Amino acid sequence: MPKRTDIKKILIIGAGPIVIGQACEFDYSGSQACKALKEEGYDVVLINSNPATIMTDPGIADATYIEPLTLEFVEKIIQKERPDAILPTLGGQTGLNLAMQLYEQGILDQYGVEMLGAKHDVIKKAEDRSEFKAAAMKIGLDLPRSGFAYSLQEAKRVAEDIGFPCIIRPSFTLGGTGGGIARNGEEFEHIAALGIESSMIHEILIEESIEGWKEYELEVMRDHADNVVIICSIENFDSMGVHTGDSITVAPAQTLTDREYQHMRDCAIKLIREIGVETGGSNIQFAVNPANGRMVVIEVNPRVSRSSALASKATGFPIAKFAAKLAVGYTLDEIQNDITKETPACFEPTIDYVVVKIPRFTFEKFPEAKDVLGVQMKSVGETMAIGRTFKEALQKGLRGLEIDHSGLDNKQDYHDIDYEKIKLRLIEPNASRIFYLKYALQKGCSIEEVAQLSKIDIWFIDQIAQILELEQELKSAVASDGSLSPQLLRRAKEYGFSDAQLAEMMNKSEKDVRQLRQEHGIVATFKLVDTCAAEFEAYTPYYYSTYETEDEAILNNQKRQTPKKRIMILGGGPNRIGQGIEFDYCCCHASFALKEMGFETIMVNSNPETVSTDYDTSDRLYFEPLTFEDVMNIYDVEKPHGVIVQFGGQTPLNLARRLQQAGVPIIGTSVDSIDLAENREHFANLINQLKIAQPANASTTSKEETLLAAVRIGYPVLVRPSYVLGGRAMRIVYDEESLKSFLDEVHSVSRGHPVLIDKFLEDAQEIDVDAICDGKDVFIGGIMEHIENAGIHSGDSACVLPPHTLSKGILREIKEHTVLLAMSLKVIGLLNIQFAVKGSQVYVLEVNPRASRTAPFVSKAIGISLPKIAAQIMAGKTLKDFELPSSDELKYYCVKESVLPFNRFSGVDIILGPEMKSTGEVMGIATTFGAAFAKSQMAANQALPRSGTVFISVNDHDKRHVVLTAKKLVDLKFKISATRGTARVLRDNGIDAAIVDKHQEGQNNALTLLKKNEINLIINTPSGKKSQSDMRSIRAAAILHNIPCITTLQGAWAAVNGIEASLREEFTVESLQNLYVWNCWSQSS
Amino acid sequence: MKEAILYLQDGTKFYGRTLKETGETIGEAVFNTALTGYQEVLTDPSYTGQMVVMTYPLIGNYGVNDEDMESDTIHVQGFVAKEFCRRPSNWRSKKSIIDYLNEHKIIAMEGVDTRALTRHLRLSGAMKAIISTEDFDPKSLHAKLDKAPSMEGADLVKDVTTSKKYVWKAQGPRRYKIAAIDCGIKWNILRIFASLGCEVHVFPATATIKDIMSIKPDGVFLSNGPGDPAVVGYVITTVKELLGRLPIFGICLGHQILGLALGGKTYKLKFGHHGVNHPVKDFEGNRIGITSQNHGFCVDASSLNLDEVKVIHTNLNDQSIEGIRHKKYPAFSIQYHPEAAPGPHDARYLFKQFLEMIEQNKKQYA
Repeated sequence: MPKRTDIKKILIIGAGPIVIGQACEFDYSGSQACKALKEEGYDVVLINSNPATIMTDPGIADATYIEPLTLEFVEKIIQKERPDAILPTLGGQTGLNLAMQLYEQGILDQYGVEMLGAKHDVIKKAEDRSEFKAAAMKIGLDLPRSGFAYSLQEAKRVAEDIGFPCIIRPSFTLGGTGGGIARNGEEFEHIAALGIESSMIHEILIEESIEGWKEYELEVMRDHADNVVIICSIENFDSMGVHTGDSITVAPAQTLTDREYQHMRDCAIKLIREIGVETGGSNIQFAVNPANGRMVVIEVNPRVSRSSALASKATGFPIAKFAAKLAVGYTLDEIQNDITKETPACFEPTIDYVVVKIPRFTFEKFPEAKDVLGVQMKSVGETMAIGRTFKEALQKGLRGLEIDHSGLDNKQDYHDIDYEKIKLRLIEPNASRIFYLKYALQKGCSIEEVAQLSKIDIWFIDQIAQILELEQELKSAVASDGSLSPQLLRRAKEYGFSDAQLAEMMNKSEKDVRQLRQEHGIVATFKLVDTCAAEFEAYTPYYYSTYETEDEAILNNQKRQTPKKRIMILGGGPNRIGQGIEFDYCCCHASFALKEMGFETIMVNSNPETVSTDYDTSDRLYFEPLTFEDVMNIYDVEKPHGVIVQFGGQTPLNLARRLQQAGVPIIGTSVDSIDLAENREHFANLINQLKIAQPANASTTSKEETLLAAVRIGYPVLVRPSYVLGGRAMRIVYDEESLKSFLDEVHSVSRGHPVLIDKFLEDAQEIDVDAICDGKDVFIGGIMEHIENAGIHSGDSACVLPPHTLSKGILREIKEHTVLLAMSLKVIGLLNIQFAVKGSQVYVLEVNPRASRTAPFVSKAIGISLPKIAAQIMAGKTLKDFELPSSDELKYYCVKESVLPFNRFSGVDIILGPEMKSTGEVMGIATTFGAAFAKSQMAANQALPRSGTVFISVNDHDKRHVVLTAKKLVDLKFKISATRGTARVLRDNGIDAAIVDKHQEGQNNALTLLKKNEINLIINTPSGKKSQSDMRSIRAAAILHNIPCITTLQGAWAAVNGIEASLREEFTVESLQNLYVWNCWSQSS
Repeated sequence: MKEAILYLQDGTKFYGRTLKETGETIGEAVFNTALTGYQEVLTDPSYTGQMVVMTYPLIGNYGVNDEDMESDTIHVQGFVAKEFCRRPSNWRSKKSIIDYLNEHKIIAMEGVDTRALTRHLRLSGAMKAIISTEDFDPKSLHAKLDKAPSMEGADLVKDVTTSKKYVWKAQGPRRYKIAAIDCGIKWNILRIFASLGCEVHVFPATATIKDIMSIKPDGVFLSNGPGDPAVVGYVITTVKELLGRLPIFGICLGHQILGLALGGKTYKLKFGHHGVNHPVKDFEGNRIGITSQNHGFCVDASSLNLDEVKVIHTNLNDQSIEGIRHKKYPAFSIQYHPEAAPGPHDARYLFKQFLEMIEQNKKQYA
């Protein structure tokens, strides 16, 4: 069937900000889909609130809207754009839910918009638990036994039938909370009661527990002609009970016989047909009882997903791209396999390697939260590794995770760990269980025992045992011979041991190990990911390393020689808090820009969610861990003319010095300049020379020195270890006692790097500047005024561009400092500077001569891609080669708001500080600051109320300052309630504030009112060091009930502005393409 | 475990280690791209005379069980993988693949860069190969290969066909009686026939039309099997005689034999189709199935008399013929494996098509 000609314009809804459970994978799938549809000649309209995405680049869709993903705004866009169809299956759960609402509200019908891929009833059948169950049963599929209940009484009856353990899943909960596994009656009553309460419709599903069963996923594609193919099978390392996003997963399935696999395949195909997903990719999860092979179906996602992105990267089959083509009428046999060029997409990829995905956790950011894993996802990113064996891929994955392990190593000495603790760490799934599996084996546990305790399949445990056995063999060889024979060394490499691991065993440097290897000809070889296990010639240079005999990268490079020069871009690795999609955005732009200049680009990254690891993005893709060893292996084969380290965040920067010493030509800002900016002492000298103000500071290497420095500088001080990103372990400290305990805590973080200590500027405004320098000229891309005061990590604070309160004089000074700093640091490329303004004094807080987290936001705001220009400058262009605007005046305001993951970590307080905690960001654009801010809040899913009651409780310091905010709220017809102290100050200032008890006793307490929906907005500034457990539970409840809770005064003032705007005006929507025309100077492509 | 060489006819060498069995073995090296199903591959009689290279690197993960046999023994001449699994895991597993291969004294080699080997076979074609743990001298290895018979012109059917006729009972009441000419039949074909109510009388490949007609079958099935179809003249003759007298259904070698019986020719593919992911279009049903494939020879499209025969299935990867049907007589055949084992079940419906053909034939002559 050819493509449809009755539709011209298609709307795609993106997934919004990066949150836990929805990360870059939807940027990858969304941009693939947009490109595929444009390629077919359709007009693509895109809405996404996330400015850090490639998909929201103005060149990707025809009309791009960075607007809140709410019914209201999408309707406005539909009204304006009048699309013929909507593709709801590419924007994650957010996009899918929104499309469903649009249908249910009659908006799609009203405007005659057709749902492509999956219609409303199909999505409902897949998503609604009871409809899904009925559909699966109709075609004879086995499911876990289950029943619904609406009261505790009823729940108990259902549980009696099912038995323990059982799972309780509340339907429609706020923030996906509630639910859990009950192992006995007592636990059951507790969880069931809570579940019924947290469900909006007081419904819970009680399900037979299949905890400990083997978990599998199949990625399925179907077209209009009813052709169905399985793209990839995935087996989870962790058994049922751990969210698949938090599980280590392996592709393909390892321990299913063909008979079982084909049965699963048959069921998947039947199910997809019964559910009726017309076209596109779906993900189906199964569980298999390891004792008897009983297989049950768990769920279907009728859309592209995190797993489909993984499957695409694991096989080379671009699911989202093809899903888009199928949606507009093509059949699988009409689409060509990009990789082989001669065969159709209607086939099932086969692979000749093993893929391991490992989740990346950031529990260290939330010390109050336990690192225990369960049915709710907690990881913030993932890394994927490819090897010829599971052992190799696992070890590559572990070093690619960047959690300070160079493989399945021995960071902790197993002798020091109590056996009981090890056992517990095996039984209770947790973020570091993979290492405890090894410790347990080292302690002498049998393979069987470890498998039994962890409920991880014995096949996996045996693989780990094999790694351990070789490690022991290596160690004893070193002990007896002082070194390793070439044979052993090769085997070690085949098992995925890194040079760093071997260096430790051999008591040598990594460099020596590398040299020894090379002397014996033991070098990495690169193999292709080609969808077909070499059965057909492959044309896409997508490689992974392994230790084999034939190197296809070398062969292909010889065969397809071009006169083009090569530039290698090092990506950012797995997403984590502080380093995420923003850096991938920069890396992709660098690649696009350099290709445009005629270079051949080589991308190195290990994050399967990203656009950078799409084989379409660069001329060559190396899916490899970002370690010195792995990068050098690629360097040796490719010998690029330049390597870019400044776009991938801290990961490649940390490698810069060693790469340079190894002779790698790093282009752009020199490694020395990067070091100068990072080295406090040298940097302070430079600042002094330039006569720029800086908060008093010191860099210290011992505890005593630090304490003395703090006294000299004067409390409060801001302390942190050097060389960290995202404010890791950064804290504001008010006295010596707190400083001492901080220093004890960060010992592990700093790893020999000095501790940095700064005077903390209280009540100062913080400013971020992104600029580009070519060594002669400086282009200031944007000056961002933070909403929150200095002291809140810049990654967590909201900001506005252009600044709306700074004086011309201050702005001028900031610009002058920026130029001065850029030139003095000899920056070639991007540069980000953080300033603080206190009174009329401008201080420089830090300079980062690299891509910043805000680079995409600024690029989107001004319509000029900063990373693109920076990359071209690094490759030899000058700023003069670009027609850049001299004026920096925008005709609109852009507000960036961060999105925080507090709803995932129960027990964690939501207050902001110098340690970054947000996972993502959204952008609000409007012609007034208030409207832009209000939009940003809506986009961040914390829409400001337009009426109702505001509950105010602020610390003593803020009490006087909150008066103005409260007055304004009263003017806007809000009722005010406040805690006793705050109310007194407000009343003294003539504001009618009702007194609410912050303690939980009594009727009139804040918590009760909040639960009764009698509070619509909370303004609560935490009081310094004192713990405020009452307010803490109120803040937690606010998260649960999704009541906006503002924890800074500046945030409150911005909110009032936003509320005022939303009362004053009807918000409008505008495409980026149109906005840029207003700024006549922007590039619109 | 012993160091071993895998030496190809064109002089290319690969190194690795054998399992317990050492010595030398010669066969035609072919690669199979299935991720699962090594047990079925090992026991498939069609692999007689071949040395199978598995492209998936980890072989043996789920062990070997009692149910997934495709015949009563291992037929491959040698087995090559990146790594054999020492500790399998599956609830049905009875032993490790290593024990299974050792018990059957199969020379199996691991530690091989099987991707490089596969690429080589793709580019240079399937060819004779020798695995040796004793002789590493290229000259002498080459001489040994020269002496070994080549796949073209090899009648391997006689090595695997049943020596005596036997009956595979129907599950439940018998609905049809099928005569199968055994050129190396896979058990799953028999299992499927049985599950559809067929009693299958399995005849040696040398069976005559008289032998077959003596049981008064409802239809004749031509099985899969190893080697060059052009040299099993005795089966081709039988099929020619059967044409028009009984409904005929052939699979794989059976398909090639039908093609030859209908006056067509066969040729050797460069490296064959061995895997479970090939898309095949069924023009009659207008559907695409993902199919299980295992063949080195193919019916030549240009050799067919299109007045008599039509091509009903085509491989979408290389447009080769995957199925033919006689325009007048009730006879059709399929190049790939609708019985799967290993592989997808997309083409199971073809067995029913055969039974429908029988049913229609019955009506016609009733």
